[in-house]
Amino acid sequence: MAIGALMRSLLPVAAVVAAIISVWYALAVQMNSDWALDRAGQNGIELSFGALVKNTMSQDRPLLPAPHQVAVELWETTVEKKITSKRSLVHHGLITLSATVFGFAIGTALGILLAVGIIHSRAMNMSIMPWAIASQAVPILALAPMIIVVLYSIGVSGLLPKATISAYLSFFPVVVGMVSGFRSPDPMQFDLLKTYAANPWQAFWKLRVPASMPYLFTSLKVGIAASLVGAIVGELPTGAVAGLGARLLAGSYYGQTIQIWSALISAATLAALLVGSIGIAQRLTLRRMGMLR
Amino acid sequence: MADIQGHQPVGDAIISANDLCLAFETRDGTVEALRNVSLDIGRGEFVSLIGPSGCGKTTFLRVVAALEAPTSGSVSVKGMTPDDARRARAYGYVFQAAGLYPWRTVAANVRLPLEIMGYSRSEREKRVRNALDLVELSAFGGRYPWQLSGGMQQRVSIARALAFDAEILLMDEPFGALDEIVRDRLNEQLLALWRKTGMTVLFVTHSIPEAVHLSTKIVVMSPRPGRITSVIDSPLPPERPLEIRDTPEFIKVAQGVRLGLREGHIGD
Repeated sequence: MAIGALMRSLLPVAAVVAAIISVWYALAVQMNSDWALDRAGQNGIELSFGALVKNTMSQDRPLLPAPHQVAVELWETTVEKKITSKRSLVHHGLITLSATVFGFAIGTALGILLAVGIIHSRAMNMSIMPWAIASQAVPILALAPMIIVVLYSIGVSGLLPKATISAYLSFFPVVVGMVSGFRSPDPMQFDLLKTYAANPWQAFWKLRVPASMPYLFTSLKVGIAASLVGAIVGELPTGAVAGLGARLLAGSYYGQTIQIWSALISAATLAALLVGSIGIAQRLTLRRMGMLR
Repeated sequence: MADIQGHQPVGDAIISANDLCLAFETRDGTVEALRNVSLDIGRGEFVSLIGPSGCGKTTFLRVVAALEAPTSGSVSVKGMTPDDARRARAYGYVFQAAGLYPWRTVAANVRLPLEIMGYSRSEREKRVRNALDLVELSAFGGRYPWQLSGGMQQRVSIARALAFDAEILLMDEPFGALDEIVRDRLNEQLLALWRKTGMTVLFVTHSIPEAVHLSTKIVVMSPRPGRITSVIDSPLPPERPLEIRDTPEFIKVAQGVRLGLREGHIGD
């Protein structure tokens, strides 16, 4: 029974993955064949279809690397390389991860504080919200180099500038989500507390905070993904020193498409792991609170 | 016309409203939710406010609870202003929806007002137990609200209002969302509870049988503007099993209420 259910849910997932991989292979053959045909033409060789397909999947710098090439590169740069190696994706991933988590912590704390201010003060509601929205309308790619340069000029470099960009991107979903969360109890609930002559502090801790928990985790999921993007973007203007962003930049400098794709897939995997772990924290918390049936 | 029952202040009134008016400003102009409402409620009485929607019965309850401020006129609750009575935790309020916190167990929901009011831990446990006993839900303290039926949830919310030493119970259509069978049972339980605790109950409803069954005094209200059209003292004995609804006395009081409601609509 359980296995049947598992198979039923696994089957569509497997089908989608298989479809994506086959489309990917087809695109790789199509996109890389021009270069293969050019080379063959220069050398006066006639390529059979089988040889062409084989060639498109084993180029050093293909336009679009085939999935197995990326898989091999990923295996080599994670499992086979020492973590201390400059070519280890684990090494770069950990650097990006630390900036992501640090920035996420700052952004979340800032977001919650702002939300608390906004729900308790009309003036803050009117003055903070427009700026928070405007802040997200500025393209982060334009802003990131300035943040890096400004912080560098006052002697701050390394983790903190990247974390600042992460925080900048991740505070916003937290503010928006937590303002909704803190305001989510219906007026009757606030009336009830008023009949107990509860003070605002009690209303906050006994009603607003627990009621906001589902909103918090939803915001955190969006926030941590944004945080990762911020950390990667923050690694681009530093001149490709370290981190997944640096691997992306170095890859594009030298036309190492396989390296770019492995860095992209590492970033995506990292994002999935981060969002997934917040999902687990969400389930544990809500179950503990009795809010999961 | 507005004040049919001449207002004579009663000496031992626990709630006393005098010439109360309340107007809301809306986009469609001023709405008179209450006009010249005067009412005295004696200690230990069970008073129902009945009338069609928009007659101000809930508004009146909210004014007594200091959840709404009157435009003019005065109210005293236990000799205090409503707001002082609220701060003195003089009343328990039961809303139409149970409004239990989904993240708290039944016992923890009943404990909520006690935590806010700063009762000691041992006192809280004792009171939660007593309140759950009163509504016959002692076995359900560890459950979460979603595990309970609507009627049980409403009983928890009544227990929550009974947990602290309020002398007055304000109830705003507490059984309005429940089906008739559950409602009849809860009416009987509420009567038993009222006799046991000796509380003063102010009860908003739009059901004539419910009002007649429960009340020592029925206040009939009418809308536009919200006002009291008649006050009927019930001659029914304090002991009221469900079968009392078939007696001639009950039917006579119910007729009186129906007549009052109809008169309120003349001129509409």
